[in-house]
Amino acid sequence: MLKSWILVGVGLLAAGSAAAQEGGIALLKADTDITNTDSLQRGARNFMNYCSGCHSMKYLRYNRMAADLKIPEAELQKNLMFTTDKSFDGINSAMPADASTWFGKLPPDLSLIARAREGGADYIYSYLKGFYVDKSRPWGVNNLYLQASAMPHVLWQLQGLQKPVFKPGPNGTGGTQVELVGVEPMTPGTMKPEEYDQFVRDITNFLDYAAEPIKAKRQSMGIFVILFLLVFFVFAYLLKKEYWKDVH
Amino acid sequence: MSDEVDQGRRRLLTVATAGTGAIGVAFAAIPFLASWKPSARAKALGAPVEVDASKLEVGQMLKVVWRGQPVYVIRRVKSTVDAIGGHDDRLADPKSDDSTQPDYIKASGPVRARNPEYWIGLAVCTHLGCSPLGAFEPNNALQVAGTDLGANWPGGFYCPCHGSKYDISGRVFKNMPAPKNLTVPPYAITADLRVAIGVDDAPKTVS
Amino acid sequence: MAARPESAHPASGGGLLGWIDQRFPLSQLWKSQVSEYYAPKNFNFWYYFGVLSLVVLANQLVTGIFLTMNYKPSSAEAFASIEYIMRDVDWGWLIRYMHSTGASAFFIVIYLHMFRALLYGSHRKPRELLWIFGCLIFLLLMAEAFMGYVLPWGNMSYWGAQVIVSLFGSLPWIGASLVEWIRGDYYIADATLNRFFALHVAALPLALVFLVIAHLMALHEVGSNNPDGIDIHDHEDAKGHPLDGIPFHPYYTVKDMVGIAGFLLLFSAVIFFAPSFGGLFLESPNFDPANPLQTPPHIAPVWYFTPFYAMLRAVPSFAGTQVWGVMVMGASVLIIFFLPWLDRSPVRSIRYRGPIYKIMLAIFVVSFVVLAVCGLKPPAGIYPMLGRVCTITYFAFFLLMPWYSKLDSFKPVPERVTGHA
Repeated sequence: MLKSWILVGVGLLAAGSAAAQEGGIALLKADTDITNTDSLQRGARNFMNYCSGCHSMKYLRYNRMAADLKIPEAELQKNLMFTTDKSFDGINSAMPADASTWFGKLPPDLSLIARAREGGADYIYSYLKGFYVDKSRPWGVNNLYLQASAMPHVLWQLQGLQKPVFKPGPNGTGGTQVELVGVEPMTPGTMKPEEYDQFVRDITNFLDYAAEPIKAKRQSMGIFVILFLLVFFVFAYLLKKEYWKDVH
Repeated sequence: MSDEVDQGRRRLLTVATAGTGAIGVAFAAIPFLASWKPSARAKALGAPVEVDASKLEVGQMLKVVWRGQPVYVIRRVKSTVDAIGGHDDRLADPKSDDSTQPDYIKASGPVRARNPEYWIGLAVCTHLGCSPLGAFEPNNALQVAGTDLGANWPGGFYCPCHGSKYDISGRVFKNMPAPKNLTVPPYAITADLRVAIGVDDAPKTVS
Repeated sequence: MAARPESAHPASGGGLLGWIDQRFPLSQLWKSQVSEYYAPKNFNFWYYFGVLSLVVLANQLVTGIFLTMNYKPSSAEAFASIEYIMRDVDWGWLIRYMHSTGASAFFIVIYLHMFRALLYGSHRKPRELLWIFGCLIFLLLMAEAFMGYVLPWGNMSYWGAQVIVSLFGSLPWIGASLVEWIRGDYYIADATLNRFFALHVAALPLALVFLVIAHLMALHEVGSNNPDGIDIHDHEDAKGHPLDGIPFHPYYTVKDMVGIAGFLLLFSAVIFFAPSFGGLFLESPNFDPANPLQTPPHIAPVWYFTPFYAMLRAVPSFAGTQVWGVMVMGASVLIIFFLPWLDRSPVRSIRYRGPIYKIMLAIFVVSFVVLAVCGLKPPAGIYPMLGRVCTITYFAFFLLMPWYSKLDSFKPVPERVTGHA
């Protein structure tokens, strides 16, 4: 019996260790905190100002966002709503449906982006910091974390421009080639690096929230549910022990 | 080695477990029952409807949809409104005691409106739900094709399904198939004639 | 006209219960199936998984019905309707997570439930039909889960459906028409989604419920096995009750409450703190809507199918067709049905079997887990080779069993059960 448990455990450990990171550039850690309302508010503002021109967030209603982020209706209307949408509508962008002719593809809706990409919030954060100049691309930029990304570097004036860092490495057939290993600053932007970092963290935090607005509530609810079930478990266990005194 | 069965302890533990379990089941039922409440989308679609009545001409009627139902917005002729108190004896419920409307409408008396020149009400006959036609001209008995509205018609509504007649404030005449006056929904109307149907107070303007 | 003779099961009491008993065998059912159904007193931890399967089944049915109240089964609206449930419907998110977590929980519980049989010989005579009903439930459950996964119409839903349905295309002669017939269109389309919805919500749950009832009837017909693998009816008291048996109620009703509480603790921990479970229960590509023009970086089925998927991929193409992999995958499930006849050991329970069975079972479990990992990974590195080796050891457990189960030593089996729960 014990043996069977050991087996299952060993099997799972083998599975776990086998599920290690694969090749590719390591993502930066976003350390999102969806309970930080201030950060979420800044992120919402940043999103509306810089992203919503092209990217919709159609599954997030303005009034839901305002309620969760503790933004009063008047401020919502004044600072965060730029279209004829009503506060009960989702966040739509003015991007027309044929935008794929300019960008190569339609800028995706960002409601679920933090859950739809491997790496989640870390990927978003890294991506927003990962643009570098690349003359071969239509917009003059490429991205360390998504090669041949179709997106222009919307935040270039804030971050400044970065250039790619190459290192020689093996090419599968015994010779060497250069591979892209990172980026480094080239020209400064209007924000200091720490400011830009916070700026991007706020956006990432906001996108993490937007992908699942109920997340903070579900976690706090979960604590009560677990505590309740523990109480039930204890009663059930004592009851079982009591009845099983009969059995010999 | 078998002890006496402690029935008291058994009962206590059974009650504790069953009680906790029952509370748990009740808590677990809440999400399922609550999921039937109108969703955020229903609330969005059922949100107040805004109408700009400032462009209406005298005698003109607009119909909008609010929460799936048709609503009249009518700019009434002043003389008809002034004569509104003159036919109470012909009405089934002149003071709107039995019909449905917000308190401020009932308190406004025979005009049944927040701004007497504009009448807003549900275009739903209180008999079986048809949409009554407008017949706003006083003394014009034949203004609705194929029907004689009778002598001394003060202006109002005529329902083509079973012939119910209402006055220009939606109050039903006596001996009609319809039992009650037309329902008035909550609404607000601003000085510049913006109507918000579905709320009691006008929403703040967006500059 | 002569009145019908009195019911063979006269009213056990007065009042409402008596009235019902004269018209419906309620008290008799309760007695025969619960309060006077004698089960072995030595059920251990492995015996929780039967009732837990019932709990998860009930969860899937209830949450499923409530999801259907807001879900829209059309390719244009399905994805949006899931977000509607998650964001706009009060508590919709909880109902959704209970259902998605429940699907994975179902397979965890079922795999452990089946493993119990391998430990204690619960598939052996006279429980072969019980085992077969169980295998049919497993088969239908896989179909149910596969179709359910298509319904959110995410990108993995679409591409997973594409891959699995195309497998049928490898069958000779009928393959292409069969695939078109399943799809109802020339590609995975609205027609496919809608019919999967009908099957997932109505047809398969109905079939599953009937099979579960049959499974329980078959169980009660012969009585439960136990960890010692002996027949408790060999020793009965003056009243005909097995000496090593105890009435299911109150002893196992009360014990199962504990098991259910423990299960609910784990279940709730996942729902409230990790519903995606690191991308295993809710996979990230499925948070993108279905896109026929873009395949996800790597397509993998949900974790509970990956062992079989790994076996499918382990078999190389031969004579220009992939059908061999499909056949091996099919065989890997169908062979489970034959277990009662493959096992030739004179004893049922692993407690009294020799070392060969223990080793083979250990290898089987490790193979199954390793295959699951292989199925999750892209087919590169050591995984293809591992997959092939484990496919062989998986089948070896079954195919060699008639030989090694006979060859194996065994210990004398006790007359009475050892220990109690």
